[in-house]
Amino acid sequence: MDQLVNKYAAKLISAGLSDDTGHFRPIVGGLDDTLVWNRKARETQVLEKVFQGLAINSLVFLRPKPPLDQIINFLASRALETNGLIQPKDCETRTFLHDLPVVDKFCPNKIIQALKKRKSVIIAPAVNDPDFPGPAVIAHGNVSPEQGFVSVSSVVFACFVKFFTDYLEFLQSGMASRNYHDLFDELAPELVSQPLDPPLLMKGPFSTEEQVYAAIVQAGRKTIEYGLVDSYFGNISFCQDNILYISQTGSSLDELEGCIDPVPLDGSSSAGLTASSELSAHLKTISQTQCQAILHGHPRFSVILSMDCDPQKKFFCKYQDQCHIRCPEKRFINQVPIVPGEVGTGPTGLCNTLPRAFKNSDSVIVYGHGLFTIGKNDFSGAFANLLDVENKCRDFYFNKVRQLRKQIEEKPNE
Amino acid sequence: MYGWTGKILHVDLTRERFEVETPDLDFYRQTIGGKGMGGFYLRQCAGLAWDHPDMVVCLFTGPMVATIAPTSGRAHLVSKSPLTNLVGDSSVGGKLATQVKRAGWDGIVITGKSSSPTGIEIHDSQVKLCRADHLWGLDTQKVHEHLAPGKAGLACIGPSAENEVRFASITIDQHHSAGRTGLGLSFGVKNLKYLLVSGKGRTRVKDPKGLKQAREEIMRLTAASPALMGQYGFSSLGTGAVYDLMDNRRMMPTDNFRSTWFEHAASLNAKAYSKTYSPDRYGCKGCHILCKKISTKDNKRVAMPEFETMSHFTALIGCRDRDLVVEANNLCNRLGMDTISAASTLACKREITKKNYTRQTLLSLLNDMAMNQGEGKLLKKGSLAYARAMGQPEAAMAVKAMELPAYDPRGAYGMALGYALSTRGGCHLRAYPISHEIFRKPVATDRFSFSGKARIIKIAEDLNAVIDSLTACKFIFFAAGLEEYAKAYTAVTGLETSAQDLISIGESIYYNERIINYINGINSKDDDLPQRFFKEPGSSGNQIQIPPIDRKSFLKARAKYYDIRGLDSKGKPLKKKAEELGLPWTSL
Repeated sequence: MDQLVNKYAAKLISAGLSDDTGHFRPIVGGLDDTLVWNRKARETQVLEKVFQGLAINSLVFLRPKPPLDQIINFLASRALETNGLIQPKDCETRTFLHDLPVVDKFCPNKIIQALKKRKSVIIAPAVNDPDFPGPAVIAHGNVSPEQGFVSVSSVVFACFVKFFTDYLEFLQSGMASRNYHDLFDELAPELVSQPLDPPLLMKGPFSTEEQVYAAIVQAGRKTIEYGLVDSYFGNISFCQDNILYISQTGSSLDELEGCIDPVPLDGSSSAGLTASSELSAHLKTISQTQCQAILHGHPRFSVILSMDCDPQKKFFCKYQDQCHIRCPEKRFINQVPIVPGEVGTGPTGLCNTLPRAFKNSDSVIVYGHGLFTIGKNDFSGAFANLLDVENKCRDFYFNKVRQLRKQIEEKPNE
Repeated sequence: MYGWTGKILHVDLTRERFEVETPDLDFYRQTIGGKGMGGFYLRQCAGLAWDHPDMVVCLFTGPMVATIAPTSGRAHLVSKSPLTNLVGDSSVGGKLATQVKRAGWDGIVITGKSSSPTGIEIHDSQVKLCRADHLWGLDTQKVHEHLAPGKAGLACIGPSAENEVRFASITIDQHHSAGRTGLGLSFGVKNLKYLLVSGKGRTRVKDPKGLKQAREEIMRLTAASPALMGQYGFSSLGTGAVYDLMDNRRMMPTDNFRSTWFEHAASLNAKAYSKTYSPDRYGCKGCHILCKKISTKDNKRVAMPEFETMSHFTALIGCRDRDLVVEANNLCNRLGMDTISAASTLACKREITKKNYTRQTLLSLLNDMAMNQGEGKLLKKGSLAYARAMGQPEAAMAVKAMELPAYDPRGAYGMALGYALSTRGGCHLRAYPISHEIFRKPVATDRFSFSGKARIIKIAEDLNAVIDSLTACKFIFFAAGLEEYAKAYTAVTGLETSAQDLISIGESIYYNERIINYINGINSKDDDLPQRFFKEPGSSGNQIQIPPIDRKSFLKARAKYYDIRGLDSKGKPLKKKAEELGLPWTSL
């Protein structure tokens, strides 16, 4: 347990979600017969009571570092004015978290009540509390601190995506309030950063299985380093000699050693039982394109823009509540198609929409979910595309906001 | 009352009487259904022998049965196990549970002993006992053909249960089994050949819209699960899909657990069966996963072996003949015998006698067990009784006298702990640690470490006690969680709850089983594994080392478990803990 609590505390910092100084330092607790923490902290008094009130074996306490804390506080304070829930529409939330409960006090009972029903809770004190600087996100696990780690990072990702998605929608519908403008203006300068150059990755074609494994591990790690996924998750595969080597379900892209399943294309083995949920989509994509490499991440602005839809058009759309599975429009961002589809298989699964969308593009965005890219015989092209599409989406987003703001400012007061 | 019907049927076979019990809502809240309710009635006769006429045999449904909640068409059977003389229970699929519920019953409690072979027939509120002399001696398939249940649900026993095979099963709706712990013999000792149920009622749902929403959430998670709905998952290949994984992870029990890798495994996997037999997808009522695979041969429906059967009838006994596995599986099903215990007992015999099986000797011995003839007279008592009689008790790969399933514990230490501590003996399903140790759900844990496993096992046992009380399928919990099922429960019953509230009830249900077992003499000496696992390594390879389990670490983890579970250092339940959980206390 000691090792696990320290590992996931460190990962929260390296993921850029928190800091290793002051009150931003994450707190992770693990319980077998005794309770261990990654560090001493005043908050553990309350968290120990949370442990006592729930059948769990781990807790993660995160104070997201700026500007993430501002975003969460902003959404949380609005949630507290209504039903106490933040309801993002991205894929991760829809599938795994459902909604994000918010409470206004860092007290055991409120936290326990929320965590009895959900994987996470956001603490957002209504007024500034010198004893408890907020906001904070708490999540639990019954198997490993990794569960809490995944949940808190997904919460932060979902809130980030929600704020920028909502803002764009509100701008287009003329409903953006002063508060939204102010927070956006505060956040924007830090986000319009200089794009990074893609990394140097192993060059294909590869001649041995070892090279394939090494190339996958390297590309996975770089995807994390470049911040192109949330919670370290995404998936990655490479096809060589009629075997698809694919990351296992729930594997962390920066720790793929020993977490890659070789899946024979002829279906002669079911060892792919533990492969990524997107195995079917990868297999179909491989068979329908000439590519060997597939990379999937959750870059934030690709996800945000994938959900951008003209509010007026949406108002009249009969699928307005099912955009993620039934969007009837052929949509593109800079020639990159956006397709609907849910995680995994099933009639509305992205395995039915993604592969054919690669016909005319090496990159495809899945609505509210993330970006898939392909490469011919190594990951260089796929990675470059992943990065390039995200950079373009970010530019596209800020340009669109700028134009909309300009229109609003030029509009005579009524 | 929503969800439940509010009625429990009591059948006294000795007096040929029926009574209807209408418990209050508190009873339902505290026991939920299925395993929880069965445990309540078993506790009342916990000190009786498994074959005492007053011993109960319970069949309980859950509140979500016969609703649109996914995988809710199951029931739970509970009695004292003829194999272990401890808690004996089994989750069962098919359509029986749905019919029981639609007939207006939450469950049936059977006591007494009929003077001659009998069947219980229930059609809505009409209950009658029927002579079954003409069915006695028939195998389960023939019983099914005779009774032609149509839409009704049918549970019946075969010759094994009539001939006191300690691991006799109950066959449900022809293709499903209450396989483990010998509950078939619990029917047999009461002269109960079959139970036939049909009904036309509907389960009342408090909040249909909320249930629909919960269902959608569960279905979405299922679709995202490679183990369930992926192209190599259970839906596509059946539970046999696990076979390759166990081979790959070097934890396939081979030669009676003397090694953990079977060199012929690649040609005996689920894909090979699929290619040879082209089976259809088939499943329990109310389930969309359809993990059962059934083939049609010569106009007859032939069930494909489940994973455990595939593994134990090949690697464990040194068999390479796929057709023979299918034949042995069907023979066991017809005779009404648990395939895990049957194969494991044969593996034990093979180790002791050092004689390999031929097609003929294998099938013949299975038949001898069921018919109580030849060597079968001893083998039908299970591997532990057989090995003791042969002077080599260490060759029985069993915990608390129940044979181990097809996951070698040297390849998954949570499984090692789960096996040892399970209240029904060598069972993988009480804590189901394979979920995180192999399937990586909800996240992966280190399968070669005991770190954290004591609490993980305890929480999982409580959780699975809830699942068996809701009578949902454990497989769907590779994808969904109690978070989603609590929402469905609330929508159906109208009772506010949460995942954690349900787990608290699960803790009480499981502790009750520990008390029942303690009343029957179980303590820490029984919460253990066969010594082989601590002394002999498995088959390392494929860059995976399979050393023996470190006994000290195992005992340390077990001691932690006792502490976390609220037992004393010998595994004895404590009065204070029982009272805290609202359980009646018996001086132990």
